[in-house]
Formats: sequence, structure tokens, C-alpha cells
Amino acid sequence: MEALKTLKPKIEVRNLNFYYGKYHALRSINLTMPEKKVTAFIGPSGCGKSTLLRTMNCMYALYPNQKAVGEILIDEENILDGKRDLNSLRAKIGMVFQKPTPFPMSIYDNIAFGVKLHEKLGRGDMDDRVEWALKKAALWDEVKDKLKQSGNSLSGGQQQRLCIARGIAVKPEVLLLDEPASALDPISTARIEELITELKEDYTIVIVTHNMQQAARVSDFTAYLYLGELIEFGETTSIFTTPKQKATEDYITGRFG
Amino acid sequence: MNLYRKRRLINGLNLTLSMVAMAFGLFWLGWILWTLIDRGLSSISLDVFTKMTPAPGSNGGLLNAMAGSIAMTLAGVAIGTPVGVLAGTYLAEYGQKGWLAPATRFINDILLSAPSIVIGLFVYEVYVASTHHFSGWAGAFALALIVIPVVVRTTENMLKLVPNGLREAAAALGAPQWKVIVLVTLRASKAGIITGILLALSRISGETAPLLFTALNNSFWNANMNAPMANLPVVIFQFAMSPYDDWHKLAWAGALLITFGVLGLNILTRFVFRSKTTLH
Repeated sequence: MEALKTLKPKIEVRNLNFYYGKYHALRSINLTMPEKKVTAFIGPSGCGKSTLLRTMNCMYALYPNQKAVGEILIDEENILDGKRDLNSLRAKIGMVFQKPTPFPMSIYDNIAFGVKLHEKLGRGDMDDRVEWALKKAALWDEVKDKLKQSGNSLSGGQQQRLCIARGIAVKPEVLLLDEPASALDPISTARIEELITELKEDYTIVIVTHNMQQAARVSDFTAYLYLGELIEFGETTSIFTTPKQKATEDYITGRFG
Repeated sequence: MNLYRKRRLINGLNLTLSMVAMAFGLFWLGWILWTLIDRGLSSISLDVFTKMTPAPGSNGGLLNAMAGSIAMTLAGVAIGTPVGVLAGTYLAEYGQKGWLAPATRFINDILLSAPSIVIGLFVYEVYVASTHHFSGWAGAFALALIVIPVVVRTTENMLKLVPNGLREAAAALGAPQWKVIVLVTLRASKAGIITGILLALSRISGETAPLLFTALNNSFWNANMNAPMANLPVVIFQFAMSPYDDWHKLAWAGALLITFGVLGLNILTRFVFRSKTTLH
């Protein structure tokens, strides 16, 4: 935890409670995620890790019966107080989902879609931005000759990198990844993991994963959640080698979960 | 082995019953089509497409009726489609809470199964009776009332098929809800919605009852939607009930034209739907 104190915090979760209707899904979560590092959330299914991730860009606000109580500070500004414009907030915080979700339009338009929402770019600038985002997501070489083709024509792994490129193109500061590789084959997974390591140069990344080896490989910090509570949080190396809680140790050694 | 034979027997029985049911349905359908072609084709001539509906005993065609049918059907679809698509979008995208969406859905279902003669009477009462004359517009409105519930239903169903992940992905990029709907979800369900509109079009192109009370009929060429308008279904109804042989022949020709028009539309629908879905 020593390293954590010296780093600049990007996202601070303070006393966060979350409800699906009457169901209490997250209980008093306190957590600080440092800037330009990868933080992984691990834990068994239903423990609340995706829920926690989805509060950070207020995704829950799309659904009338979901409610978050508490504070989430991004750059020391509370995003849960209801005073912020969610659309400009989401421009700052990109998200990639478990299943690839290309829009029903061309590869080029998939990338340009988000950019057009927030910036007015000329034709040439937009071309440059699309190329930049696709290169960042390590997809450019595979699609540069078929930018006009439908995004749905790509393979699953390519679609997921397209979704990452789409998120990056808006130039966010934070990337939220919700099990981004769970629907992909091992080779595509490896590419996504490489990509995460490259992207943390510029972005603060939060990743939810079921795969503990993946958390150990890509993350700097790891949080273990169980039944809506944060059991342990710390540097990935210490969580995986010397966990302080018995429950964490049981989970990562596969005795439970 | 006994069990296996039993299963094969049941399977054979099921298959036979299904085939008999299919043959029964196809038999009548085939008979109808055959009668239509047999009677209709011999009545089709160039006159049918170039001349107006005649007085009994004189020479004529169905040009005014065809033109009227096309005009009112297109106007009906043009009025009904925007209303239907917008209402369907409301039901699928905005109607998450409250009583308005379930109530609208319920009323729409009633409208969907309302007998078309009731719709004809309704438009007669509120439009024809107050303007004191039958008109093409009244016919178009009555047809639009049949189009709306069909389009509402298909639009809602097609939008509900769009995975929620797509909406979330667009919202996560910072898109306001109306842009998510216009640029992503409506676009994703475009093929299905177009199919629904084409099906509504083929449904109204054969409706007689709503036009009988609204557009009535007209023996002359009329391009004025504010005056009574000839149309194929009502002409068929009148000519078929008459005692004159030449009118009977024209009625058969009209019936053939409508049937093949609708058949063509349905084939087109399938074609559009298939080519659109294989694209993505």
C-alpha cells in the first residue's frame, strides 16, 4: 500500500452503496485508483465488480430502478451528485464491454461516431483521428483497406479491438474494461492484454476480469470483491503473493469461487 | 429397440398429420389462385389499363380504380408510417416506467384487431359526415388507421430485438438518448421496420370496408383527393354483385391485379429483408 500513497489518485470511491431496486449490491466501498495505472477487480460472479465499474461512468443512470449512494471522485470532482452532464462525463471515461458491440455502420463510421458527438473535425482531421485510434488499438494494419466495410464483418477479436479504438478515439482519460477478453480466443486475448499494457502509458485503466492470471499479468493494483464488499485492495504483486485476508487467499488459490 | 420403433412411429404420425394439414391449406389456396388466374387472365386486356370503369354493356377498363387505389394506399402509408414508427419508438425506447406505454400498447393491440368496417364507420362519422362528401383523403385516413397499429407493433418488436449492449455502448461514448436511437438502434432495426411497413402496405391494398364508407367510388378519372375516388376493392365489390357479364369480367381482372400486386409486394419484402440481413 506504500506505493499507492505516493501516486496521484485519479478515481476515488468513497462510501459507495449501490441498489438494484431493493437489492443492496455494493456495500460501503472505499477505493482509490491511481492515475495511469491498471486496476483490476476480481471476485466470483455476482460479487459486484461489474456493478462497481458501471458506476464510474454512471451507466446505471440509464435504468430507472438502479441507484448509487455515496461519492465517486474523478479528479476530485464528485460525479454522483447529479450536477454533471453525463454525456461530457462519458466523453472523459471510455468503456469497453464484455461482448463486442460494433454499431451497424462502417468501420470508419464506428470510430467517427463518438468523435462527432464531441468535436467538429474536418474531413482530413477525422481521417487522421480514425487512423490514430485504429493504430493505437493495433487494428489499423488489418482494416486499413476496408474502412468502408461493415463493422460486423470483422472477427470477434477484431470487433473488440474496434470497440477499444472507438473508445480511445474520443480521447478519454479513463478506460473502463468490463471483461474485455472473456468472449475471445487465446490469441486475441493476448493481443488485448498487450494493448492494455501499452495504453496505460496514457490512460487510467480499470478492468473487470474473471481470469486471475489475466489480473496478475496486466494490472498494477487489484481489488478483491465478495458479496458486494471490498475484501482486499493493494498492489497486484502483494495481493497475489502475500494476501492479508484468508478469503482473498482462498479465492486466488482456487480453493473457492 | 422397442422404444426406438415407438419413437419412429410417433414421428411418422406427426409428420403425416402436418403434411395433411399443409396439403389442406395449400389445396384451397391453390384453388383460389387457379380460379383467379383462370377467370382473371382471360379478362385482362390493354383496355383494362387504359380505360375508365364503364357503364354496363359498354367497353371499359379499370384505370381510374387502379390510380385511385395506388393514390390512397400510398397516402395511407405516408400518413401512417411516421406516426407508427414514432409511437413504436416511444414504446420500445422511452416507455420504461409509468402507465402511458402499457396503456398505449393495450390500445394499439385493440386497434390492431379492430374489424376494418369499424374503422370505415369511424372515419365516415368524424370526417365524411362533417365535410358532407366522400373523398380520397377520407379513404387514405381510414387506411392509415389500419397501417398505424401494424407499424407500431413491428417497430417496437424490432427495436426490442436490438441488444441492450449496443445502446449502452453508444451511451458510454457520451451520446444523448435521441442520437442513440436515431443513429444506432433505429439503424440496426431498419430492415425489420421496412418489412413491417411493406406488410402493412400489402394489407391495406385489399381493404374494401374502410373505403366503402369513405372514398366510395367514382366512374370517371379523378386526381382530386378531395372528391370521391374509384378504387379496386370497391369496384370489385360493386361489379361482382351486379348482374352484368362484362362487369363480372372486370371484377375478376381487378381481383387478379390486387392479388398479384400483393404477392409481388410480399416477394419484394422477403427479398429486401434477406439482402439486408445478410449484409450484417
